[in-house]
Amino acid sequence: MSTTLPANQGPFEKPDKFLGRVMTNPSPLKTARSGPMADRIFGWLAKGSAYFTLIMLIGILVSLTISAWPAIDKYGLGFLVSTTWDPVKEEFGGLVMIYGTLMTSFIALLIAVPVSFGIAIFLTELAPAWLKRPLGTAIELLAAIPSIVYGMWGLLVFGPVLSTYVQQPLQSLFSDVPYLGALVSGPPVGIGILSAGIILAIMIIPFIAAVMRDVFEVTPTLLKESAYGLGATTWEVVSTVVLPYTKAGVIGGIMLGLGRAIGETMAITFVIGNFNQLDSLSLFQAANSITSALANEFAEAAEGLHQASLMYLGLVLFFITFVVLTLSKILLAQLKKKEGAKS
Amino acid sequence: MTTGQVSLQAAAMEKVREARYAQRKLVNRVALTLALTAMAFGLFWLTWILYETIRLGVGGLTMATLTEMTPAPGDAGGLANAIYGSFVMVTLATFVATPIGVMAGIYLAEFDTQGWLATTTRFVNDILLSAPSIVIGLFVYAVVVTRFKSFSGYAGVAALAIIVIPVVIRTTESMLQLIPAGLREAAYALGAPKWKVILSITLRAARAGVVTGILLAVARVAGETAPLLFTALSNQFWTSNLSQPMASLPVTIFKFAMSPYENWQKLAWAGVFIITLAVLGLNILARVLTRTKI
Repeated sequence: MSTTLPANQGPFEKPDKFLGRVMTNPSPLKTARSGPMADRIFGWLAKGSAYFTLIMLIGILVSLTISAWPAIDKYGLGFLVSTTWDPVKEEFGGLVMIYGTLMTSFIALLIAVPVSFGIAIFLTELAPAWLKRPLGTAIELLAAIPSIVYGMWGLLVFGPVLSTYVQQPLQSLFSDVPYLGALVSGPPVGIGILSAGIILAIMIIPFIAAVMRDVFEVTPTLLKESAYGLGATTWEVVSTVVLPYTKAGVIGGIMLGLGRAIGETMAITFVIGNFNQLDSLSLFQAANSITSALANEFAEAAEGLHQASLMYLGLVLFFITFVVLTLSKILLAQLKKKEGAKS
Repeated sequence: MTTGQVSLQAAAMEKVREARYAQRKLVNRVALTLALTAMAFGLFWLTWILYETIRLGVGGLTMATLTEMTPAPGDAGGLANAIYGSFVMVTLATFVATPIGVMAGIYLAEFDTQGWLATTTRFVNDILLSAPSIVIGLFVYAVVVTRFKSFSGYAGVAALAIIVIPVVIRTTESMLQLIPAGLREAAYALGAPKWKVILSITLRAARAGVVTGILLAVARVAGETAPLLFTALSNQFWTSNLSQPMASLPVTIFKFAMSPYENWQKLAWAGVFIITLAVLGLNILARVLTRTKI
């Protein structure tokens, strides 16, 4: 910035100083010279900043790949399907964490999608105008709460409640049923895949709901009113007019939420239990996710293969979110194109 | 076929239609009730979390929390060094990231709106915006911490700045796009060069929105834990030396909350209360700013 300042000052101090003369007798030479020069420097700065973001993304990919190289070199893609994670024997495989990440995100979507859909319908079709803004803000505030707060609340408040009022009744109910019993087994502490999934769901609801609300409002009023004019009920308008019209946007919003869920770290680290074993299907069994493995082990990991394997996990995580976000972008762009064609 | 039969048929059809109508109304009512329930479900969590944060947080909050250093397990103490560390790192990160973010946003809105660089930058920016923050931490670890062979406050600043930049770019761009072209054209017609038009006309007109974006970004990084875990690490003592490991509020909360010591957990709740208050306050301030402007 400092280099532009001297050049900047020239033409703009002049009108004050030489007000009368400038009006009748401008000095085009000077303005013409310093103007483009300052403009060019300003343009370079702007362009440089734009390039900076590109370099950052490339830098992230390259540096992660270089740091993960020892592990990539040793295990190849077999890393993704191996369940051993043994820092003592220096043997590493990422399946346990990848499973934890995908499973918790899946549970989160299972809960968050219908709830967000309901919230979006409520905010666009049901709520009186004066309630729309405060309620929308309240839901958005859910997204503003730092994830560490979710984590601590999940571990110390929600976990015990889940264990006492959900897990233990389910365990006594299903103790003799072969598959369901295995699904709810485990120590009654309220930690594990299910509580992580539920907390993730609460965290991504505001993101999905916000996108759904926005795309619902994109639906042309004319279309909706035509349907109402034919005697459709509110639900029929939403399910047969609004939803088909905004399909791509809705899926894009869900993908956005999925991306969030996959990358979420602190909340999961608190409640998932950090247990590197995959020996039961129980929803209440402590497990691990990519993010929580990184958060817990990285600072203490010995340099070498352990650290490289964690970097490899980070790269896998980045790759998954990259794909999910790209899909979401493409779908949302499709809806925007439709909107553009309409108007 | 008598007229009687026809009217009977009509009556039957009327009945079918009415039943169908009743059913449609029922489905509608059920669906809308579910929507209402979903809304209540969302608000329920918000209230519960805020309630517990206030209840447990205020309980642990004393004057010592703000003035004393983080204690050893079992001792009395406070969070002063963590709060200070968070404040320093977040402030520095904001000062580093804002010019870059605003300039890149200006480039996207004013210089190149359709070209390949703009399209790519927008896409990359969206990726960075939603990239897992822990991956940013890994990146800074690989680039900064391994190079200087030590965890440091600077590394923490770098990680937070990388998270702030995309947020600022996004809001700057969209706020600048809201400025009517006529305003720019009027300035150009008066002979102002482009940089002057941008800095003192369009950027000034969009300033409330841009400031909102920066505030939201600050709110976001103030609560970030993951990128600091292996960049700034933590520090039990007061330090204003950024080349040393530095304590921050979120990392301290993480450490204390996972511990079995009661006094640490209490302090963690107090920290959670402070951080929630700060972050929600910033969010509400940002909202108020945009509302009065538009």
